[in-house]
Amino acid sequence: MYEPTRRDFLKTTGGLIVTFTLADNVLPAVAQGAAQTKIVAPDEVDAFLSINTEGQVTVYSGKVDLGTGIRTALTQIAAEELDLPFDRVTVTQGDTALTPDQGATWGSFSIQRGGMQVRRAAATARKALLDAAAQRFGVPAATLIAENGTIKGKDRVIPYAELIGGKTFSLKLDKDAPLKDPRAYAIVGRPLPRVDIPAKITARFTYIQDFRLEGMLHGRVIRPLALGADLESMDTSSLTKIAGVVKVVREKNFLGIVATTEWDAIQAARALKTTWSNWAGLPEQAHLWDYVRASKVSNDVVSSNVGSSTSALDNSPKRLAATYDFPIQTHGSLGPSCAVVEIKDEKVTCWSASQAPNRLKRQLAAMLELPPDDVHCIYVEGSGCYGRNGHEDAASDAALLSRAVDGRPVRVQWMRADEHGWDPKCPPILVDLRAGLDDTGNVLAWESEFFVPKDGVAPVPLLAAMLAGLPPAAATTEPYGEFGVPLNPSVANAYVANTAIPYTFPNAKTVSHLLDETPFRSSWLRSPGRMQHTFANECFMDELAASARADPLEFRLKYLSDMRGIELLRRLATITKWEQRPSPRMSTNDDIVTGRGISYVKYELMRTYVGAVAEVEVNRKTGEIGVQRFYVVHDCGQIINPDGLMNQIEGNVIQSISRTLKEEIQFDRSAVTSLHWATYPILTFAEVPDVAIELIDRPTEPPWGAGEPASAVVPSAIANGVFNALGVRLRSVPFTPAKVRAAIHAA
Amino acid sequence: MPTSVSLTVNGQATTVDVDDPGQPLLYVLRNDLELRGPRFGCGLGQCGACAVLLDGDVVFSCKTPLSKAAQSKIITSEGLGTLEKPSSVQQAFIDEQAAQCGFCINGMIIQATALLAKTKNPSVAEIKKALTDNLCRCGTHLRIIRAVQRAARNI
Repeated sequence: MYEPTRRDFLKTTGGLIVTFTLADNVLPAVAQGAAQTKIVAPDEVDAFLSINTEGQVTVYSGKVDLGTGIRTALTQIAAEELDLPFDRVTVTQGDTALTPDQGATWGSFSIQRGGMQVRRAAATARKALLDAAAQRFGVPAATLIAENGTIKGKDRVIPYAELIGGKTFSLKLDKDAPLKDPRAYAIVGRPLPRVDIPAKITARFTYIQDFRLEGMLHGRVIRPLALGADLESMDTSSLTKIAGVVKVVREKNFLGIVATTEWDAIQAARALKTTWSNWAGLPEQAHLWDYVRASKVSNDVVSSNVGSSTSALDNSPKRLAATYDFPIQTHGSLGPSCAVVEIKDEKVTCWSASQAPNRLKRQLAAMLELPPDDVHCIYVEGSGCYGRNGHEDAASDAALLSRAVDGRPVRVQWMRADEHGWDPKCPPILVDLRAGLDDTGNVLAWESEFFVPKDGVAPVPLLAAMLAGLPPAAATTEPYGEFGVPLNPSVANAYVANTAIPYTFPNAKTVSHLLDETPFRSSWLRSPGRMQHTFANECFMDELAASARADPLEFRLKYLSDMRGIELLRRLATITKWEQRPSPRMSTNDDIVTGRGISYVKYELMRTYVGAVAEVEVNRKTGEIGVQRFYVVHDCGQIINPDGLMNQIEGNVIQSISRTLKEEIQFDRSAVTSLHWATYPILTFAEVPDVAIELIDRPTEPPWGAGEPASAVVPSAIANGVFNALGVRLRSVPFTPAKVRAAIHAA
Repeated sequence: MPTSVSLTVNGQATTVDVDDPGQPLLYVLRNDLELRGPRFGCGLGQCGACAVLLDGDVVFSCKTPLSKAAQSKIITSEGLGTLEKPSSVQQAFIDEQAAQCGFCINGMIIQATALLAKTKNPSVAEIKKALTDNLCRCGTHLRIIRAVQRAARNI
């Protein structure tokens, strides 16, 4: 049972260990223990694994558990590949001194990339243990097997601990080390309970929000009244009554309080009198889409270009065009961001729930103008973030406050308005689509243009650094090979993925206009770009099907050639008892009408397949939409933990229904005005539908990501359901009652 | 000048010295008494993460002044059960794997405990109604509902 304690954190913060190597054991003559730092190079087995003298295995993972269950899944992968019982493996994650830099925890890559690195390390280790035992026994390795933490020969058994316990492997990851046959899996593929859940349920878990150090002070930040305002003056005389105030910290427009108690810090932050300059640099929200359309284009990226779409479109007897938009939303973490920073002898230690501890280390070092190796970041799980929320910014706040009080440990906990007002936002995305059909409903041409931010993966500037006028981001040296885009950074952009479509048309061109600016600090929020693009693509596909008077599911199948995609949609038809008919259904004139909408995605056109059907109920008088039931068929290849996967898919569906029906930040020309849950409402229990999920397990295929893909199909499935019910197209998220009524009125 | 306030938390009488007895109970529970169950989510009574039982009733400790809680019996998630011996509601949440990030779960457990103390076999509608003031951002709602149903069966 996993329950991190403060002692665990302190124990693992050093990174200094005494090591021998496996070779030392085999060749005792060279055994020389030497103090050295923990190996973290991601091509080394020791970066990922260690086996102690009791035979307990520690997996070191740069990918961190954001509440998604990957701690458990990684444990399963390692235990399986090392032929160990599940409870002999624990995971240390996200410690820049102890774990390899596997990139940020994002993009549904924790299993697909991170887990496969762990599997490769474990397979290499297993082979090394077999070889070492073979040498010890003087028999060929082929006569030995690994079983239950031991290497077994005909008449001899040796535990791993005896072969390697406490020593290093000193081996590179071996891509040729044999992997276990998935047919022999006993741990991978099973719905094992998550190791973190009992402690979370019984309030014995340490979230970053619970993390405490001896002598720790409490910090709070005071943000400008407008995003770009300057601090003109402040009056600290109002703070004299608050006994615990240690310091008011100002660096240009960065302003914070350090106090001995949390309540004093809160009171002081509220009591401090400040005057800020006027600033009104945001676009008018009512004209946001004009602003986006007029934004300066950095460059265009063509993600697909088949045939001659423009002339084919011109010559099509039937033409359709539509524009879809998806609003600015916030991560909305239930617990506001939090971090603790301590500076000792010019060495910075930062405990935070950052999804990217190595990136944060580089950014904090840049801000503090220190060498990166003087900054040590340690992940402590926080409230779910669903992308890059404010955790890193709280860390930057804590760093500046700690620096101002001689490096004493300072905990910064954002208030609700800090989180809603200042975490970086998912950018507004606008999509124009055009298509041409012939007289019998065949698609002749498809064209689309996507207005998306220029850089979807670069480090988000640290807020404290921006306000204080310090370097906000380190020059990145990170590989950008993820997200299904080429490694060339000029086109590496998460927001280009899924602009091209999975359907084969004779003429198609899909273009992204990469914009220089978006209104707020831009970051990724669960399924960045893929959700917005799939909304536009799958709704427009539904428009074409309706125009062709074709059943929307059959219409998709007609243009699909991918066998896994076809199987997925057929299974979706089966579990939903899909009745073939064109949309809209000719329903009654009752106030409340029902419909069902379909959507499909092949994530980034190269991995996880998801098909979905939403059953919706629409009240045409009030404009209210209720999702009654949501069906998902999901194929992410080999499943590591089916219950963990179900949990992720349910979460994707419910969170995305919330975003689709309700969520859009409100702002004036100066700042965000929707600063709490009353002005930024999310889905409540009363509004949650039934969710029915069918998993397609393919044990012999590579495992793909599941943290995001199911979210991508939700907005389009709902919009298509509303069209099916009412014959009215919703092309602008969120589908609020007012917008639904307006769409009905306009139809 | 610090004021001493006497509290009964999870069955134990205790005294805290605070400068401001008007401060929310939440900060005293978390910082002075080092409890983790009640969590800071909004400080506005909008999300339910800070819920505790006060004489058996659910209150949001972020909006409850310490002074108002002084004469009452306070129960937090820690007081319901332990890792080794979870309460029946907690065990049902573990059995249903009803958490993702888990940050909201304290409030869900507290609400469910109060609900099941009054309503033996709640319907899904009654469970949803009881949890209507509690937000979950991860989308764990269905598992939470199933956990409350399971707890009702097991009590």
